[in-house]
Amino acid sequence: MYELKFDPAICEKCKSCDCIMKCQYIDMDLEKAKEEHRKLVRGEDSEILTQCVTCYACEEYCPYHNHPFYLIVERQEEKGIHPVPKPIEKSQVVMMAPKGRIGEKAAAEPVINLCYFPMLKGSISGKLYEGTSLILGSDIFCNLMFLHFARNSVIKERLPAMMDNIMKYHLNPGGAKEFICYHDECYGTYTSWAPAFGMEVPFKPIHLFDFLYNRLKELKSDIKPLNIKVAYQRPCSSRLCPEMDHFVDDIFELIGVERPEREYDRENALCCGGVLEAQQRFDLTEENQTKNIEDMKATGATHCVFNCPFCFFTLMGKVSEKGMTPILMSDLCRMALGE
Amino acid sequence: MDTIYKKIADIVGSNYVSNAAEELYIYSRDQGVQPARLPDYVVMPNSTEEVQKIVALANKEKIPIVPMGGALVLSGLTIPQRGGIVLDMKRMNRILEVNEKSHYAVVEAGTSQGMLQAYLKKHHPKLKHSVPDAPPVATIGGNIAIHGSGHLSQSEGGFHTEMVTGLEVVLASGEAVKLGSCSTVPKWFSRAPIPDLAGLFMGWNGTTGVITKIGLKLFPSPKLKDVMMFMTEDVDSITDILFRIIDTEMAEDIAFFVSPKPAYFEGYQLIMISVVANSEKEMKLRLELIRESVREYIDSKEAGFLPLPPYMKVKLVGAPQKNLSEFADVMKGGGFEYVGAIMPVESIPEAYRAGLEITSKHDITYSMGARIVGRGSCVMFYYAYPFNRADSKNIETVAKALEETNEKALEIGGIPWKTEISGQQLILERMEPGTYKMMTEIRKLLDPNGIMNPGNWEVQS
Repeated sequence: MYELKFDPAICEKCKSCDCIMKCQYIDMDLEKAKEEHRKLVRGEDSEILTQCVTCYACEEYCPYHNHPFYLIVERQEEKGIHPVPKPIEKSQVVMMAPKGRIGEKAAAEPVINLCYFPMLKGSISGKLYEGTSLILGSDIFCNLMFLHFARNSVIKERLPAMMDNIMKYHLNPGGAKEFICYHDECYGTYTSWAPAFGMEVPFKPIHLFDFLYNRLKELKSDIKPLNIKVAYQRPCSSRLCPEMDHFVDDIFELIGVERPEREYDRENALCCGGVLEAQQRFDLTEENQTKNIEDMKATGATHCVFNCPFCFFTLMGKVSEKGMTPILMSDLCRMALGE
Repeated sequence: MDTIYKKIADIVGSNYVSNAAEELYIYSRDQGVQPARLPDYVVMPNSTEEVQKIVALANKEKIPIVPMGGALVLSGLTIPQRGGIVLDMKRMNRILEVNEKSHYAVVEAGTSQGMLQAYLKKHHPKLKHSVPDAPPVATIGGNIAIHGSGHLSQSEGGFHTEMVTGLEVVLASGEAVKLGSCSTVPKWFSRAPIPDLAGLFMGWNGTTGVITKIGLKLFPSPKLKDVMMFMTEDVDSITDILFRIIDTEMAEDIAFFVSPKPAYFEGYQLIMISVVANSEKEMKLRLELIRESVREYIDSKEAGFLPLPPYMKVKLVGAPQKNLSEFADVMKGGGFEYVGAIMPVESIPEAYRAGLEITSKHDITYSMGARIVGRGSCVMFYYAYPFNRADSKNIETVAKALEETNEKALEIGGIPWKTEISGQQLILERMEPGTYKMMTEIRKLLDPNGIMNPGNWEVQS
């Protein structure tokens, strides 16, 4: 079975306990943080297990890449802790299960993996995506969302079959060896979660921002600078691949967009609130969303850009109410191409 | 030429009466499983005066007469059991008055729910009426005749008949009478304080007279709407959860539902809570109080509010709810049966289990649910069974399930709602003899020739 590659010795030597001390949702002094984290490592009850909002951020905060968040999720599941009410969790497990409807569809590079977001198929059009193949559906769904439900077991059970499906039905028939992950969540699955659990990944994942940046460079002559300020809503799964964040700046530079400095961006980004709501932390949801959106608005941003469709659906109404336009990164780039 | 046909044509004009086979065929059935019966004539009157003349003619000639609204009742109540005239009221669709200062409207009985809703939205956006979860062509009059309920039944006083402020009815004699305040003063504001005769026509399925005009309460229409969905697996906790939410008095509509489709909802009990408010601050408070009312369940992790994305909320905040209409055609083939039973809130777990047992026994798909009425005085519990009209075996199975469901509803202390004639028999069998005797005597008094929708609300020999 797949075991988390976690080294307790690293945590033992760690002086700063950044995974807890930088957490925006757990408030402990260093002594307490170390004590609670030690309990976590030893598999004992720890306040961290119930206070964690599953924002993934500690995966980014840990300077040793020792997977503090994956450890929390492992421990939550071991101890039967349910961050989300049980009926909702169980229903989601059924809702997102593979439906077995996949058939052979040869995908030639460049391949876009739209994960399980059929409603976004319309976004994969225009010059940016010319010549691409599209794959999506429940049978290739990464299932990483179950980290929010303390259900690593679901990912462990489903992911190998999903990767097999991708290879068997799409990449092998099309002679492809890599694909572009539309969502950070898939990219994080294959570059962070799978290696952390010793799961072999038979293809090369490419981050959407990497693809967009390179495509925009090719189409540079078609770009009409947008000359707007755009606030970026970092999704939780970007915490699994913080090395991709520079592409936001790079893309913005290419398309004439300013990413205004604001309190809740980059390492200090706030959760969109969708997961907090599912966890029934309604006050925190409200507080987070208000702080976040007011922070965006204060910078003079006219748009709020998302990469995660879930963040987009969660915040689009509230962002619009404040007079900003919610938009997906992919669509923002298309806008710069006059589409 | 048929002399009756000619006499009717003289009243309404030849365009609005028919005895053509294809028209009679359409009026001989509804979407449910009740057997079709052909009428002799279909008539579409345009005024109370025309209704009076037609009814007087029918009375004189002893021709059965069946008033019909949208014909969406599903249980055959507008199928002419003994032939005669089907009186299609849809031309009488005028909105006669909206009194903004006193929050009531006066409409002709054939006014559709959709027409009134659209009219109020356009001309009186601060007011609304309670809308049933039927297609918008359902009529106000038809809904009153069957004791309908709707999206304001939870918060605004109960069944739609309880929202009626006055009626105009045409009796079997052809005489038109006004009931309520409109009988004494020129305003339709209330049925009190005079003796309430309107009850002689509401819930009677058109067996005592033809409702031609209705005074209806209107309610404030706050600009903000939101919807919450509470989920649990424990049906035995439903009554307690519902009352916690009801007792906050913060919800407009509260409905419980279960469905095996989609699969991710199978086995879960869902409660949909609609909330309206005039400001963000008010909305926040209402949502917060509702959440707090069920905090104990949330903290136990055994239940919780399902996060709803905006595109799903848009579907859920509307009235009428389209989901049930969409579900009606899940089997394709255009057949849909719907047993509604009025019962106490506490009966929900038993009603749910009974439904599961019946649908499992007959291997049919279902949707079940309950809308809270009158802040918890009762619920309208529904069992919806879609079927394929082209599949006779499927029809037979659903008809059997329907009968069993009616019996079960009575067994657990409920009463089938707008039920077909066989269901009415089950009710009458259990009714106090004195009550039935009184019903019969009232009918004899109002309709001595027995022309008004005969076959309904009478013991079959």
